[in-house]
Amino acid sequence: MSTYFTNDHEWIKVEGDIATVGITDYAQAQLGDVVFVELPETGKTLAKGDEAAVVESVKAASEVYAPLDGEIVEGNEVLVDEPAKVNDEPEGDAWFFKLKLNNKAQLDDLMNADDYKAFVDSL
Amino acid sequence: MSMNTQGRPSAPSGTVQIEKPATFTGNRALDMEEPLLFELGHWNICGVDLDEPEEFTPRLGGHERQSDIALPAFTEPEAMRHYVRLSRMNYAIDAGLYPLGSCTMKHNPRLNEKLSRLAGFADLHPLQPVSTASGAYELIDMLSEWLMQLTGTSAVAMSPKAGAHGEQCGMMAIKQALKARGEQRSIVLVPESAHGTNPATAALIGYKVVAVPARDDGTVDPQAVADKLKEHEGEVAALMLTNPNTCGLFEPQVVEIANLIHEAGAYFYCDGANFNAIVGKARPGDLGIDAMHINIHKTFSTPHGGGGPGSGPVVLSERLAPFAPLPFIRRTEKDLELVENASQLAEGEQPFGRMTAFHGQMGMFVRALAYMLSHGADGLQQASEDAVLNANYIRVGLQDLMSLPFGKKPCMHEVLFDDTFLKDTGVTTLDFAKAMIDEGYHPMTMYFPLVVHGAMLIEPTESESRASLDLFVATLRDLVMSAKQGNTSRFEGAPFHAPRRRLDETAAARKPVLKWTAPSPTEVEPR
Amino acid sequence: MRYLPLSDNDRAAMMAQIGIDGIDELFTDIPADKRIKAIESLPLRKTELEVERLLTRMAAKNSAAGDQPFFVGAGAYKHHVPATVDHLIQRSEFLTSYTPYQPEITQGTLQSLFEFQTQVAQLTGMDVANASMYDGSTGTAEAVLMAHRVTRKKKAVISGGLHPQYREVIEGISAQLPGASTVSLPADPYGTEDILAQIDDDTSCVVVQSPSFYGQLIDLKPIAEKAHAHKALLIAVFTEVVSLGLIESPGAQGADIVVGEGQSIGNALNFGGPYVGLFATRQKYLRNMPGRVCGETVDAEGKRGFVLTLSTREQHIRRDKATSNICTNSGLCALAFSIHMTLLGGLGLKKLARINHHNAIKLADALSAIDGVEVLNSAFFNEFTIKVPADANDVIEALAVNGVLGGVPVSRLLPDTPELTNLITVAATETNTQEDIDAYVAALKEVLA
Repeated sequence: MSTYFTNDHEWIKVEGDIATVGITDYAQAQLGDVVFVELPETGKTLAKGDEAAVVESVKAASEVYAPLDGEIVEGNEVLVDEPAKVNDEPEGDAWFFKLKLNNKAQLDDLMNADDYKAFVDSL
Repeated sequence: MSMNTQGRPSAPSGTVQIEKPATFTGNRALDMEEPLLFELGHWNICGVDLDEPEEFTPRLGGHERQSDIALPAFTEPEAMRHYVRLSRMNYAIDAGLYPLGSCTMKHNPRLNEKLSRLAGFADLHPLQPVSTASGAYELIDMLSEWLMQLTGTSAVAMSPKAGAHGEQCGMMAIKQALKARGEQRSIVLVPESAHGTNPATAALIGYKVVAVPARDDGTVDPQAVADKLKEHEGEVAALMLTNPNTCGLFEPQVVEIANLIHEAGAYFYCDGANFNAIVGKARPGDLGIDAMHINIHKTFSTPHGGGGPGSGPVVLSERLAPFAPLPFIRRTEKDLELVENASQLAEGEQPFGRMTAFHGQMGMFVRALAYMLSHGADGLQQASEDAVLNANYIRVGLQDLMSLPFGKKPCMHEVLFDDTFLKDTGVTTLDFAKAMIDEGYHPMTMYFPLVVHGAMLIEPTESESRASLDLFVATLRDLVMSAKQGNTSRFEGAPFHAPRRRLDETAAARKPVLKWTAPSPTEVEPR
Repeated sequence: MRYLPLSDNDRAAMMAQIGIDGIDELFTDIPADKRIKAIESLPLRKTELEVERLLTRMAAKNSAAGDQPFFVGAGAYKHHVPATVDHLIQRSEFLTSYTPYQPEITQGTLQSLFEFQTQVAQLTGMDVANASMYDGSTGTAEAVLMAHRVTRKKKAVISGGLHPQYREVIEGISAQLPGASTVSLPADPYGTEDILAQIDDDTSCVVVQSPSFYGQLIDLKPIAEKAHAHKALLIAVFTEVVSLGLIESPGAQGADIVVGEGQSIGNALNFGGPYVGLFATRQKYLRNMPGRVCGETVDAEGKRGFVLTLSTREQHIRRDKATSNICTNSGLCALAFSIHMTLLGGLGLKKLARINHHNAIKLADALSAIDGVEVLNSAFFNEFTIKVPADANDVIEALAVNGVLGGVPVSRLLPDTPELTNLITVAATETNTQEDIDAYVAALKEVLA
């Protein structure tokens, strides 16, 4: 299983043609205490760059974009009741949604862990 | 001589520090706790003496209320005590300097309150016959005239209820003007330093917002505007610009920017939130604006009331005047005419519609006119000069210790600092602001505008005396020195002396509790 | 100038400290050719006495509601407000405080807002209420926009019983929105329109006022059922909040958003403003609700306190994605509402509503006894519509000359509609006496004779 990153601070783990998407530790730290998560509807088809989810802290609201083309197969409902999980385990159990990919070639445009670390260090 | 040593000692005994004991009530002398009215009130009384209604057969057609209205009541003395105690947990301009940038917290003259309560204004119905309210229309017309004269414009829409509502009104007039020209444009340019209401308003009425970057000196570069106009040629409906801007600076190239906008066939919307800096010094109409709302509750001193009511009339250029919303007052040779529906329109009048029921914030109009008449043209100019002088006096008093993001140059009526001076102190802008509370001040506007890191925007207004400013400057200097010397205990966890310590906003947002609910049925008195 | 503390000596000393020779050196960013010396067309400063004299004379040209028998309603109502209310809202700490952005030193405002929200939710029969809108009309337009966000549809069906100016505000904003539309039913004085037939799958919301603009009470339940069957929301509107003391709450009838004018409780007529918009909805729509909300929390010592919350919906954070552009609302008017409501309590409101209803029945019976005068409404609260055998505008003007302000000619708000030219909406409240009613009857007889 490989993990990819975007410069919108999302991580993507790919297993077969299913991608699990969340926000990075860096992103949760920037947001502060997360108080609300809105998930996409299952079955919705998204193009890369579309708004997929919303994550809010007390003072900020951010969109989570679809990092790749695909169809939403599952949202992480746990986050709706326990948004704090995004702060506690951003790159673990606090994934946002799972996407069934229909263009895996798009993965080539994403960063790997080392690239992403370099990217964050440059900010 | 015999000395009587009994009785009440008149001086404190010794100088020993005594730790403050806890109190039984949780009160601390004049600092009193107050439960919710639902915890104190009575469920079976009414605090107003009302006649017992006679028996009669209702004519409600079966719509009678079946559910209870579970709301408790207070008798008059209890109500008085509840609200007076609550009031004492509030900071207020009457109690101290309130340097909230962009909010213009100036003195609210009580003459204005008194006059707004005259029965001829307060006890007047918006739809009673026009012939029985001529004084009201005369007042609205006179206030309109003052606003047009002060801004150098040729029309004003009086009905908007607050600043953001005024923005919406101005932008709707622009949209209508474009429509009348047979054009549909989709983009509104908004500088990054704008108030949040600007992009929110543009989006609300269906425009796409395109941001214009700020220059390093905090102002808008005409070239950046020109670039955006070119990039979106024929698509830009308007530019929304705050001037003086939210960095406390007058846009020096505003006329060039206005010309560019007009050449592109677009309109220039000005956010007038900071008009207090330039009343009697420059007229926005002369600078090329097409529409500007005036926050009556800022510049013209109607009280903020803990978050409103406001009032946001919009002055309009000749180009936009025909599109002002209903209702408006038309001047004829001998009289004033109220125009409140489409059937009364004269040729050329093309209102876009209506912003609100009735005529706007009359109660605020009375106060604002009283304020203007009291000051006069000379006093209004003096007020703006004093507001700008006071802000610069604070700037000069602090600029060696705090950091000015755009260099040591004059500001308008508010001065903007960033948090560079707190670097490596471990103290944040928020901590600094909260420590000001312990010193008896309301904090300045924080973290706005967004273009500056850790922004602190200070607007003292003209209402402060020199002595008041001196103490404020000395206090801030003392706080800065503490932070720089590593004495951070007065910042961490501040405020220590306010009615509440820092509140948990995260908990409030995660599980919102937005109303009181009875603990359980048995704990509530029977109704 | 009495409001400016700086003396000329202060100004000179301060300028010296700043390092300038004259005040105009601080205004050099204004292009030189645009700077002005003075506004010569406006008068100079006046003393307090002069200003008071001038505005008092202006006020005296108006006939205050309390000066004669008064029956004008149509969205604003004359009620008796206890003296305590106006005294308390003039406390400096309430009057001259800003929006409570610093909760540690604004618990007074915040707790009173929390109490206000609870009262509004309870009265309307809803789960949550916000901290107020500008007024009923703008609140109603915001409710329509909220329904569009919730349903992701953009067609509003508007009852012919909605206050015509409220309808115009909705139509104005809808006309600005790409894809949005309104279906406005014709004026409905009798409350007999078939609004159910207008609701379809494209409908985002149905906007119904009860009591209607004409005073008619409307059964909201079937409308709610039909709306819900088409995944549309029912927006229930009221302009007379006292009616909620006697008629079933919109929440209990299935409304999804309840919005209305709160002026009647705690606030004077003020010639149309400032007023206070009440806005309540179901818990599940909370995040789409416009306006500020106050929530309960604890401070660092564990003490209960209140803060503005859910502000990520608002313009200062969300900017162009905000639920509304509203910023300043009607804080002080909401406080006045809350204090008056606290004096009344649930029992008092019910009693007050009964008195209003009884006076309206007495008035309706007295007016309908006049030859040629007809009361149109079968079920009403404190306002109803009469049909007179003459142009209503002329009748109202003639009544005014006879010392009675007898209501609002419907054609003032809805001109060019022949079937409405003879209609007058008439309101009675607890402030009307039997003598007022007798005077109205006598004057109307004379005018129609």
